Amino acid sequence: MENKNTALPNDLTEEFVVNIGPQHPSTHGVLRLQATLDGETIKDILPHLGYIHRGIEKMCESLGYKQFIYLTSRMDYLSAHINNQACSLAIEKGLQIEIPPRAKALRIIMAELQRLTSHELWWGSCAMDLGAVTPFFLAFRDRERILELFEENTGNRLTMNYITPGGVMFDVLPSFVHKLKELLVKVKGYLKEYDTLITGNIIFQHRLKGVGVLPKELAISLGCTGPVARASGVSCDVRKYYPYDGYDKLDFKEVVFDGCDSWSRYLVRMEEIRQSIHIIEQLLDNLPEGEFRAKLKGIVKLPVGEYYQRVETARGELGVYIVSDGGNKPYRLKLRAPNFSNLGAVRPITIGSKIGDLMASMATIDLVIPDIDR
Amino acid sequence: MTKEELKKYLEITFPSNKVEETFDFPVLYADKTELFNIAQKLRDSQETLFNFLFCETAVDRLPNLEVVYHLNSTVHRHDMVLKVVLTDRENPEVPSVYPLWKAADLYENEIYDMFGIRFSNHPNLRRIMLGEEWPGYPLRKDYKDDINIVTL
Amino acid sequence: MILSFQFSDITKWIHDSLSGMMSPGWTLFSEFVLAGIAMILLVVALAVILVYMERKVAGFMQLRIGPNRVGLWGSLQVFADVFKLLLKESFAPNSVDKFLFNFAPILVLAVSFMALAPISYGPGMQLWDANIGILYVTAVSSIGVIGILMAGWSSNNKYSLLGAMRSGAQIVSYELSAGLSIVAVIAMCGSLSVSEIIASQADGWWVFKGHLPIMFAFVIYVIAGTAETNRAPFDLAEAESELTAGYHTEFSGMQFGMFYLTEYINMVVISMVAATVFLGGWLPFHIFGFDAFNNIMDYIPSFVWFFGKVFFIIFLMMWFRWTFPRLRIDQLLKLEWKYLLPLSIINIVIVAFITVMGWHF
Repeated sequence: MENKNTALPNDLTEEFVVNIGPQHPSTHGVLRLQATLDGETIKDILPHLGYIHRGIEKMCESLGYKQFIYLTSRMDYLSAHINNQACSLAIEKGLQIEIPPRAKALRIIMAELQRLTSHELWWGSCAMDLGAVTPFFLAFRDRERILELFEENTGNRLTMNYITPGGVMFDVLPSFVHKLKELLVKVKGYLKEYDTLITGNIIFQHRLKGVGVLPKELAISLGCTGPVARASGVSCDVRKYYPYDGYDKLDFKEVVFDGCDSWSRYLVRMEEIRQSIHIIEQLLDNLPEGEFRAKLKGIVKLPVGEYYQRVETARGELGVYIVSDGGNKPYRLKLRAPNFSNLGAVRPITIGSKIGDLMASMATIDLVIPDIDR
Repeated sequence: MTKEELKKYLEITFPSNKVEETFDFPVLYADKTELFNIAQKLRDSQETLFNFLFCETAVDRLPNLEVVYHLNSTVHRHDMVLKVVLTDRENPEVPSVYPLWKAADLYENEIYDMFGIRFSNHPNLRRIMLGEEWPGYPLRKDYKDDINIVTL
Repeated sequence: MILSFQFSDITKWIHDSLSGMMSPGWTLFSEFVLAGIAMILLVVALAVILVYMERKVAGFMQLRIGPNRVGLWGSLQVFADVFKLLLKESFAPNSVDKFLFNFAPILVLAVSFMALAPISYGPGMQLWDANIGILYVTAVSSIGVIGILMAGWSSNNKYSLLGAMRSGAQIVSYELSAGLSIVAVIAMCGSLSVSEIIASQADGWWVFKGHLPIMFAFVIYVIAGTAETNRAPFDLAEAESELTAGYHTEFSGMQFGMFYLTEYINMVVISMVAATVFLGGWLPFHIFGFDAFNNIMDYIPSFVWFFGKVFFIIFLMMWFRWTFPRLRIDQLLKLEWKYLLPLSIINIVIVAFITVMGWHF
């Protein structure tokens, strides 16, 4: 087979190949983009992966069903709770057990808080990639407060392993509801500040409008999900179409814009922050009492068959596909990572544009590389 | 269409192929020679319109390899699974579905990297994560690596 | 207590004592040496203050404290930084153009020092009172572009070359708007000499005397000045998250230190020119008719006024840096050629009209 790894042309002399990454301040992880440039214009991009491939899928084949959850929070570590939720739901689907309502409510609160922190971090680093350094610190101010709450109640700041098959690991502290309510009031105030600082800033708008256009048909064909697809007019929120854990009883909007460019992706995520706050507020007011975990057997064995569970992480649809042969370890575990398909969108939207636009597009696609490599 | 209706539709439309069901989706088994045509029919026919390939993976069921395609329709909001069973473990080869769904580009690179299944008509087949020099295909069940894998 | 002596008394005393000791030629030479040392000390003092100010201002705008470990309130941080730069190995990669690589930092530094010569820091405190003062400053700052292009080209690095090209295009374009804004004041004042410009503002700073066209010119000058010194939001040439430091990627140790220093000195030069031309130089702030207020304002020494204005404009430029995202190169050039330049030209025409008609104060 001929070596088609490089995208070098055969006869042109003006183009040169530049490596962006793997150590680069704005590729959000270890991703190497081999860009063929003609002056400032990008002619071709080839992503090279594998720098943080840890073999999670293979490792999970030798761990029990209750054990492999701990590995999955390290995939997209900015949506750690949601990754755990996906795997727990897949196992519960196989075992056909019902989890108590308090556990469901706590799971949704943690997942939506996680989505909030993930979007805050995205906002800070998006502004930083475009040159404004101050929003990064402002975003981390909010994130720190939420992570403090996580640490108090779940034990950890980044890879929490709080959501387990059957429910959640511990009950929350009595002060949780009160502290969270205060925090949400503050965050809503800060969002107004962020709107004036960045969303209303004309330099920012000019950097993002019309940049990195992803047409709707191409988004569907590439398998993009999450805010990337919703900004191109594709309605694909898993929480609406395949609801889990009680999302069908909550009132929230699915945020879909038609702009198809980076500015729409920006607006989608800012609106999603508001929707997350709205969901948490609904749950905080009437948090059901009761058990926080259903009883599972000591050793969990899923019946023979295949189980697929999808959830909506901060970046798109995460799918957990478990093939079980009746034993106490999964026969094959496939994690359908949202960032893997979103990476496929980088090439079509940046070819023909300039390097500055590449940074703007990558900032709004919001990739987390450990999710791609697993 | 719901799962039962879709299962009936598949049994009627493809009478010579096996149709089963898993917990969530109906499954259609296809042979690798007719895979591309079946996939194209599933994507283009008005009752199904499966335009979204949301997961493509492979499972090593000793002694066969199985390529699994999860399809979804953004118009009708139903899903199904398409499977191809490969009996040749030495040189498994399947036609690529990249002309139908561009998502297959990266998925098939990963399957080639981890299982060694080649895809014909793929635009740029490469070992995307492990690199060209890695010996063996790790996700196969008979993969041996005495240095890196510690069995409990 | 009003200072009962002027700066010219000190210079006269030095001149007299030196001519008493040596022949006139040697006197002149030693005066040159003393003036040079004074300039260098001034630049060093300014650099120290500015680097510390930048980090503290950045810290406060980003909800953090800034340096506070080295020395009281972090005041010795700058010395620690300079010490670190001096200790680093200043090496050149093998395939660079040796002469240009070593000459580029020296050129940019020398040019920014030269631009400080005709500026007046107080009554009589001026190194060189040329009758083309302002023109000299603008002309000399343009030579800096050659140094940047030299640095980018000789580094033998694709990133550096891209950064240097961008920077060169940007500086050359924005010099036009900056120059035209100064021309607006010069048209009203009638002279290019720095001391005469300051003298003409004795009855009010140009920014107030000249009304709308001059205020407009001031705003354009601050924008163009920020772009000339490659500061954010126009810092594409050294954008850290895009091209990893642009044209000075390959320089390390004190050679990088010279580029770093030059950026701050350029900022000082731009602010000094703005303070001189628009904000009255070392003249205090007088309100017409409030004699008591004016007398109080006169108590403050003139160099305090001058440096106060300079640091105010520098603070503005730092504020820009930590608030706005950066512009893309085509947006940057479009801003200049399609918006700032036509507006400056229209402004000049209006100012010329006003001057001829005699409608200003």
